[in-house]
Amino acid sequence: MSDASLAADALPVGRPTGHRTVARGESAVVRVVLIGVGLGFLALFLALPLAIVFLEAFARGWGAYRAGIADPDSLSAIQLTLLVAAITIPINVVVGIAGAWAVAKHEFRGKSVLVSLIDLPFSVSPVIAGLVYVLLFGAQGYLGPFLKSQGLQIIFALPGIVLATLFVTFPFIARELIPHMQALGNADEEAALTLGASPWRTFLMVTLPNIKWSLLYGVLLCNARAMGEFGAVAVVSGKIRGLTTTMPLHVEILYNEYMSVAAFAVASLLALLALVTLAAKTFLEWRYADEIVATRRH
Amino acid sequence: MSVLLQIDNAARQFGSFAALKGVSLAIEPGELVALLGPSGSGKTTLLRLIAGLDFLDGGRIAFDGVDGNALSLRDRRIGMVFQSYALFRHLTVRDNVAFGLRARPRQERPPSAEIDRRVRDLLALVQLDGLEGRFPSELSGGQRQRVALARALAIEPRVLLLDEPFGALDAKVRKDLRAWLRDLHSRTGHTTVFVTHDQDEALELADRVAILHQGRLEQVGTPDAIYDHPATPFVCSFLGETNRLPVEVQGGQAWLDDQPVYAASTTNVIGPADLYVRPQHLKLDRPDVSPLAGVVEFVRRHGAIRRAEVAIRGLSKRLDVDIGGEIAPSHGERVGLRIQKAHLFAAA
Repeated sequence: MSDASLAADALPVGRPTGHRTVARGESAVVRVVLIGVGLGFLALFLALPLAIVFLEAFARGWGAYRAGIADPDSLSAIQLTLLVAAITIPINVVVGIAGAWAVAKHEFRGKSVLVSLIDLPFSVSPVIAGLVYVLLFGAQGYLGPFLKSQGLQIIFALPGIVLATLFVTFPFIARELIPHMQALGNADEEAALTLGASPWRTFLMVTLPNIKWSLLYGVLLCNARAMGEFGAVAVVSGKIRGLTTTMPLHVEILYNEYMSVAAFAVASLLALLALVTLAAKTFLEWRYADEIVATRRH
Repeated sequence: MSVLLQIDNAARQFGSFAALKGVSLAIEPGELVALLGPSGSGKTTLLRLIAGLDFLDGGRIAFDGVDGNALSLRDRRIGMVFQSYALFRHLTVRDNVAFGLRARPRQERPPSAEIDRRVRDLLALVQLDGLEGRFPSELSGGQRQRVALARALAIEPRVLLLDEPFGALDAKVRKDLRAWLRDLHSRTGHTTVFVTHDQDEALELADRVAILHQGRLEQVGTPDAIYDHPATPFVCSFLGETNRLPVEVQGGQAWLDDQPVYAASTTNVIGPADLYVRPQHLKLDRPDVSPLAGVVEFVRRHGAIRRAEVAIRGLSKRLDVDIGGEIAPSHGERVGLRIQKAHLFAAA
């Protein structure tokens, strides 16, 4: 018995090192071709479009760029976008944490239905979502007459845009939190409770600190999508210039009117947002890698 | 002595699986009690029920005579050390230990200088002075466990509960911590209940051992009592290695194949029975004068002792026999065996 196991142990040690490199690697030509195809694809479909956005935006210099953004309609689109994000993100944080908490920490009937509901916005076309809201809240919709009598306007106004954005961005935070919370388990919360902490204190002092980085990550993704959403918002907003146009809608309007410098100037802001999101995400992963490893370890 | 923790007929059902089927146990102040059993025996379920982290489906758990259902988790004052330790990873060792004191409502909370003093004392008690500022990820497994213990002790618990306290540690640390915990218990006198699946750990540490099997309590008693007088075949075979011989009890004798192998004068078992013999209670003898004789098939070393495996005619399983100071028989040698001590249970 010992002879056989010794022989098996000795095999990898005794194997000449030169043999290993050959076994691992493809020939130099194959490697260059594969890496070249990969990099070429990235350059053509990701880097180049991004560069063109900025090139076009500055095609007629800094002055034209500034004029494009300083236009009152552009400024109001930027304001509206920021406002929508500022309303939807806190709501999504609260609802996302509550949903993830329910799914990750508890067992109950209909849990799989809840998970499917959380994922629903991913599988429904945003345009459909927008149309549903128009059907529901619009002037000819089911609730339209009632809302009108109450003096509430939802469609073609801020509430509709917020609703559509909420629908589209809802899964981001919950989806980010659920696997993390499931991996963490309940032991920390149980420990806090046996130590006499109230449920609220347990949430603030134990649960929240444990999930803070995945929560921040979810907020980043949610924010990027909230500011960039086009389809659902296009349907419910009515695209009233200077009133209900968010940045992506405004870019489209400008582009359709052949004002390409202004269109790309506003687009460059959205692209910048994407870059900042990417940088923040990379920073989080780099800076807190240790903590994430520690989290996974015990 | 008064009863600190009274468990009456505790039952817990998970779907169609009955984790606990009516367990009763009384724990006195200052006791160190082990809940011992294989996986799935319900020992961790019982511990969680005592801690108030799970709900009884039947029965009652009372603390100092007060029904546990009437007590909040805080009022139960249970110091629990989790198997994974469940240290708060974003807090330092100091803040982990202080957590329970700081979580108290304002009017019961000690002033912060007092909290600091108590944390220092507790860290000295668990020999972690100087590590106050570390984070859990910067500690070894044994150190983490002692932080978890200090954190549980900080709330001045009525009962200390330890879930598999040595489960995640390597063998050497395990041994050291075992002795250290026994010593700590004798110094501080906390009533302690710990869960383990390791018989040696339970027998070495505990004042009393409660053995659980398939959701039922098989036997409770001091380590000596349960080891020397197991109440059920399960306890007997779980607490150490045993040989099982199918015998027939007639006239105060256990018979194996018409040979009287063991004088069973004190038992009230009659008819077919199982005789459980530990390897150390089988002694080698001359084959011609022994009722039990067989052929040595293997001799192996088990730590400090050598163990022979003896094939007996009519038995499908070889008998394990511990060999002490005497000269070991050689392979193929014919030997006789004498049973010094055994436990008889009516055949199932």
